[in-house]
Amino acid sequence: MNRKFLATIIIVIVVLLGLGAYLYASGQGGNEVLVVATTTSLEDTGLLEEIEAAFEAKYPNIDMQVISAGTGIAIEYGKRGDADIVLVHDREREEELIAEGIGTERNPFAYNYFYIIGPSDDPAQIRGMNAAEAFIKIKDEGEENPDLVEFISRGDDSGTHASEKKIWDATGLDYSKTIQTGKWYVESGKGMGDTLMIANERQGYTLSDSGTFLSFKAETQLEILISESEELLNVYTAIPINSNLVPDTNIDAADKLVEFLLSSEGQKIIEDFGIEEYGQTLFTPLKNGPKPINYI
Amino acid sequence: MSEIIEGIYQAINLILTLNPEMLEITLRTIYISLSSTLFATIIGVPLGGLINFKTFKGKRGLVNIIQTLYSVPTVLVGLFVFLLISRAGILGELNLLFTPTGMILCQTILIMPILVGFTINALSGVEKNIEDLAMSLGANQFQTIYTIMKEAKYALMGAVILGFGRAISEVGVALLIGGNIRGFTRVITTTISLETSRGNIALSVALGIILMLIALVINLILNIIQEK
Repeated sequence: MNRKFLATIIIVIVVLLGLGAYLYASGQGGNEVLVVATTTSLEDTGLLEEIEAAFEAKYPNIDMQVISAGTGIAIEYGKRGDADIVLVHDREREEELIAEGIGTERNPFAYNYFYIIGPSDDPAQIRGMNAAEAFIKIKDEGEENPDLVEFISRGDDSGTHASEKKIWDATGLDYSKTIQTGKWYVESGKGMGDTLMIANERQGYTLSDSGTFLSFKAETQLEILISESEELLNVYTAIPINSNLVPDTNIDAADKLVEFLLSSEGQKIIEDFGIEEYGQTLFTPLKNGPKPINYI
Repeated sequence: MSEIIEGIYQAINLILTLNPEMLEITLRTIYISLSSTLFATIIGVPLGGLINFKTFKGKRGLVNIIQTLYSVPTVLVGLFVFLLISRAGILGELNLLFTPTGMILCQTILIMPILVGFTINALSGVEKNIEDLAMSLGANQFQTIYTIMKEAKYALMGAVILGFGRAISEVGVALLIGGNIRGFTRVITTTISLETSRGNIALSVALGIILMLIALVINLILNIIQEK
């Protein structure tokens, strides 16, 4: 057994060395690595894959590596120096990152609107309202009849969850006292896709970014009930990480990505994205496209 | 339920057409999980042997701790290694975060308790009289240990297979340490997680089927080695 055991281990090692060499050689063209931490909606829709391909074609020596996570963890990666640039959508936390000196600059590059999604029979009758009115109505109807009207929240401190809380703030209701304690208020603690599946199973209402909902639409019996309300504006921003403050980030490549996102080539990719797969655009470019209402 | 049938169909299609991206992800999955299993085996089996054959104070407590670690959540191990190898961490200089090497390191740590613990179990299961017999036939200490290891080979192989199973199927470490970077650290489990959040349910089922097939093939190979 001894000899055979040794032989097995040697064979395994040889196979692994070969595999490793093959994978490293085939996978990576570029020698300069740009780590991009992004919110899930940009990756899940597939937009970033297209941007990556075009960016790497333009800068063949840069290898863009995308890590998709919620806005919360993406910013954390930036703070720890594990990402060179973050692409996120939560204005307050973005401004904090700039104030701390970790992010160099907010570069808004695209926007769309969150949708308020719900069952097609709309048990709380929110169609045609603005976002804050609709939230109050869902709460009132939910308190009265929690079996019929439910709101499914991400509850995960993501950018989408932050926007949801901002709408609750706009209603004047106390989020932790009045909303979170409600029997009708369900916190999934999961990503947008999973939350939509839960909303579908329970036939509840939820807030979703447009991209993720459109890619899930076919799997659910849910509908867009409210879109394009002022409070539903969702702006995506690129923030390079300051290499003077955080160890060893690749600020040059990060600046190149910002430049590319705001160039007419990058803005065109954003503008055209989604037509082929979803029959409609998912993002509006912020530099070349029309500005959203009340945009500061 | 139609997604499952569609998934089976897609799995067959992906395998027959040898989809290049799929092939690359599959090879990477095998590379990472097999490497972790190899390292954990090389370190874990002798370590388990050492713990089994030595008598020392607190041995029972140590074995208890090792067995408790069987159920350590993968994300917890991931988080621990993340804090260690993140650029702001102690080993940040090595730039291991978001690389296949970092994933191998973390999975090795994850499955080490299984290898160590099951080695102890396997060896202590060998009857005492075999040890006595070997000694009485004039075997030295090394030869005795070797004889006992040989007796326990099936149980030891079981430990390796179990460790491999945990490494190839886990997603917590792969996401947190690997980051699911396309063309670099993406493995089958993280692809399933991504495709599910993209709403491609059937594709996720197909990938799951492929993962099970790989596990089947590798287990068959390990069994053939064991039988001979």
